[in-house]
Amino acid sequence: MTTPATDAWPAQRRGRRAAMLRAIGPLGIVSAVVIVVAIIAAVAGGWFAPDNPDLPNLSLSFVGSTAGHLLGYDFEGRDVLSRLLAGAQSSMLGPIAVVCMSMAGGTLLALVAAWRRGITDTVISSCLDILFAFPGILLAVLAAAVFGAGLWAAAIALSVAYTPYVARVLRGAALKERSLPYVAALEVQGASGTAICRSHIVPNVLPLIVAQATTMIGYAMVDLAAISFLGLGVQPPTPNWGVMIFENEVGIPQGYPLPALAAGTCIVLVVVAFNVLGERLFTYAQAVRR
Amino acid sequence: MSAAAPTAGLDEAHGPPLLKVTGLTVKLPVDGTRRAVLRDVSLELRPGEALGLVGESGSGKSMTARAIDRLLPPGAQVDGMITFDGQNVGALSGAQLRAYRLQVAMVFQDPRAHVNPVRRIGDFMTEALRTNRDLPADEARHRAITVLGQVGIEDGDRRLRQYPHELSGGMLQRVMIAAALLTGPRLLLADEPTTALDVITQSEMVAILDDLRRDYGLAMLFITHDLELAAAICDRTAVMYAGQIVEVRSSARLHDDPLHPYTAALAAARPDIAMTVGRLRAIPGRPLSAFEAPTGECAFAPRCAHVQDACRSTPPPLIGLAGGLSRCIRAHELRGRLEAAGA
Amino acid sequence: MLIRFLLRRLVTLAASLLIASFVIFAALYLAPGSPLAALSGGRTLPPASIRVLEARYHLNDSFPVQYWDWLRGALHGDLGVSIVLRENVSALIASRIWTTAGLVLYAAILIVLLGIGLGIVAGLRPGLLDTSTLVLTAVAAAIPAFVAAIMLILAFAVQLRWFPVLGNGTGFLDNVRHFTLPAVALAVSSLAIVARVTRAAVREEQGRDHVQTAISRGIPVRRVILRHVLRNAAIPVTTIAGVTVASLIALAAVVEVAFSLNGLGAYLVASAQDKDLAVVQGISLVLVAAFVVVNLIVDLLYAVLDPRVAAGGRAR
Repeated sequence: MTTPATDAWPAQRRGRRAAMLRAIGPLGIVSAVVIVVAIIAAVAGGWFAPDNPDLPNLSLSFVGSTAGHLLGYDFEGRDVLSRLLAGAQSSMLGPIAVVCMSMAGGTLLALVAAWRRGITDTVISSCLDILFAFPGILLAVLAAAVFGAGLWAAAIALSVAYTPYVARVLRGAALKERSLPYVAALEVQGASGTAICRSHIVPNVLPLIVAQATTMIGYAMVDLAAISFLGLGVQPPTPNWGVMIFENEVGIPQGYPLPALAAGTCIVLVVVAFNVLGERLFTYAQAVRR
Repeated sequence: MSAAAPTAGLDEAHGPPLLKVTGLTVKLPVDGTRRAVLRDVSLELRPGEALGLVGESGSGKSMTARAIDRLLPPGAQVDGMITFDGQNVGALSGAQLRAYRLQVAMVFQDPRAHVNPVRRIGDFMTEALRTNRDLPADEARHRAITVLGQVGIEDGDRRLRQYPHELSGGMLQRVMIAAALLTGPRLLLADEPTTALDVITQSEMVAILDDLRRDYGLAMLFITHDLELAAAICDRTAVMYAGQIVEVRSSARLHDDPLHPYTAALAAARPDIAMTVGRLRAIPGRPLSAFEAPTGECAFAPRCAHVQDACRSTPPPLIGLAGGLSRCIRAHELRGRLEAAGA
Repeated sequence: MLIRFLLRRLVTLAASLLIASFVIFAALYLAPGSPLAALSGGRTLPPASIRVLEARYHLNDSFPVQYWDWLRGALHGDLGVSIVLRENVSALIASRIWTTAGLVLYAAILIVLLGIGLGIVAGLRPGLLDTSTLVLTAVAAAIPAFVAAIMLILAFAVQLRWFPVLGNGTGFLDNVRHFTLPAVALAVSSLAIVARVTRAAVREEQGRDHVQTAISRGIPVRRVILRHVLRNAAIPVTTIAGVTVASLIALAAVVEVAFSLNGLGAYLVASAQDKDLAVVQGISLVLVAAFVVVNLIVDLLYAVLDPRVAAGGRAR
């Protein structure tokens, strides 16, 4: 009897997919491709690496680009290209974990606040307001000081810092959705809050969730890389793009910028891809709501 | 092309026309291609005369008003001629265009969207006077308070200091009307000024507009989808469908003696409070925009109850008849029978 | 109206600050091991030092009392002692705070002037300038401060030798020279975001109905743009500019490390690595307070710009 939005007629669904592709545009497709490549590198990069990414060979320290090693060697004589490929895993895994955790937490809080409204909403909103006072990096530094440096401490700190941003956006959307007449109709029919949220509100704000998540992965990548750059995140010698900049920064004034620049470029490329895709998805999400 | 002069339908002459629209065709870029929203629209307004412009959504009535006020979106292609007081409106620019705008005032449909929410009412009302007429602020405020009184807002001084969100929709619309009158215009374009308001406020607003028009001797183009509303305060009514004028008639005779099947259907579709019917009359199909309507034939043919083969072969011209105009080739023979027939 | 709104924001932000201070303080207890171990950073201390620490931090008192003591001390300017340098934390902070403040201010000026300026120009003039702005900002927005830092170091300091690479410099003008590259690195990505949002806001305002009304009343285009388009666009622009400047406070740490500037951020990171907890707490408190103050100023500006807010809405 009740048809959630995802159960639309097949023609409507096809129409939606076409509309999404149109909203994303060619640039969005390119971004998606870049992201997919990065994910493949994250999953299987180590296998594709032409050389051993971990074995130092100080005699090759900072040697420039050569025939078989297009990107040269880093400060410890390791092949940069291999290290980039191997580093993709921790560089991508961290942000994805951060986004998963903050989206899960933020969405849950937003839904509860939007559904219950009243006192629950005020309490949750006030707690979130307080969390807003902590910039992500600060929280990560604090966590590193207390728990010791490492990827997980940083990731958890960042997710905590991101949660209020997610919750705020989703709470607004959920509130708007909740005030639509069909929700009241369902309530009158006796559907429970959880069921309505699950089958109706969530699918309708899903485009917004996806768009938000995509953009946030970009931010998380930047923040995590910054923390690793500060020496408080992923610890060397684990390969990681942020760490590579940290390790190879000394080479720049000495005239060997390639390793640090290569790692920086990887970060920028993937972050741009996430940002562009996220932005387009946002436009699509808003168009769908209208 | 019109076969009859648009002046037909006037029962008295008031002098040379103030506003003259001839063969206005407007195309707007929609999704990359130019689509027609107005087709060969012609009308005339004498000074002090009120003309109602009636049609459903997509008929082009708002677009007509915007074309007259040079408010079309960028990229619009305009053919035809609009003259105001003998001047070609389309050729105006710069200071002349601004002077023109002072003489033609527009009242919009949704007051809340059309008033800047972060500026005070006083600022909104007096801005045109202070900028274009170089009036000192106090005098402008004084005038604003006077006009506010005329639209029924008594504590004008306090209202001028308030922000738009502090006023109700009805009040804001009165402010909009008052603001339009401040610059002393000669023509008022009212684009569905009461649609966004509740019925009681609607009748108050219409009464205000009517009184003010007579007091100031304004010409008015009153745009609405409500045939009866237009007939109530306008001397003549023009009916639009699919971007074209399909009928022009004096309002008194429009309801009882319509000259076009669409007008008759519109009038018949309105529920009569004095009667009980088994089923509400609706016009089959849906209203079309100019670019959706078939071009080689009468635009209303697909929905018309009196359609014949001849209607489908050529687009009908405007025919003069009984002091009015009609874009129906069967107008003569259908006269008198249109009200009885219906959906 | 405005006053009441401000007071409400002030109270909320004060509460945030209070709870934040609590979290910062409680970090001492979250650390694995005893607070003593956390304070000493895992170093072994002679018994005399241990007694000093116990007395100074009231480690034998109950938790709420300790918190209250710490808070009271903080309000009076006493933030504890650095284990590493054995000096008062407040003095250590004071000597470094102007570096960070100067850097953030320099970057903020760049963001506000260049970012908003670029956004306005691009928003008002569709065409080549607009498209190129869009492309540039899309890329720039994704360049994290530390990547921008190394790129700038490479380009200007090493290759072109226009600007010095590292350090603070001496004297005001020299300081400005030394701070230019770091400020630019800090500002790049935020500048791009502000420019994009400004452009979008200006575009959106241009299409609004009330702008049509103003034009229909014969008001000159220039005036319409100033008093209606830009004035209204200022609302979302202030929000994003404020949020971005606030975020600079934490981001400055990264740039300070990259350029070897002697600021609070760099010191915070070093202390975190050294596990000098008292310093970490002290600096965190200062940074969070600064963040809260900036947000308060943004809220104030927002309420001034948008009269609907003071009437009962929330700033965000």
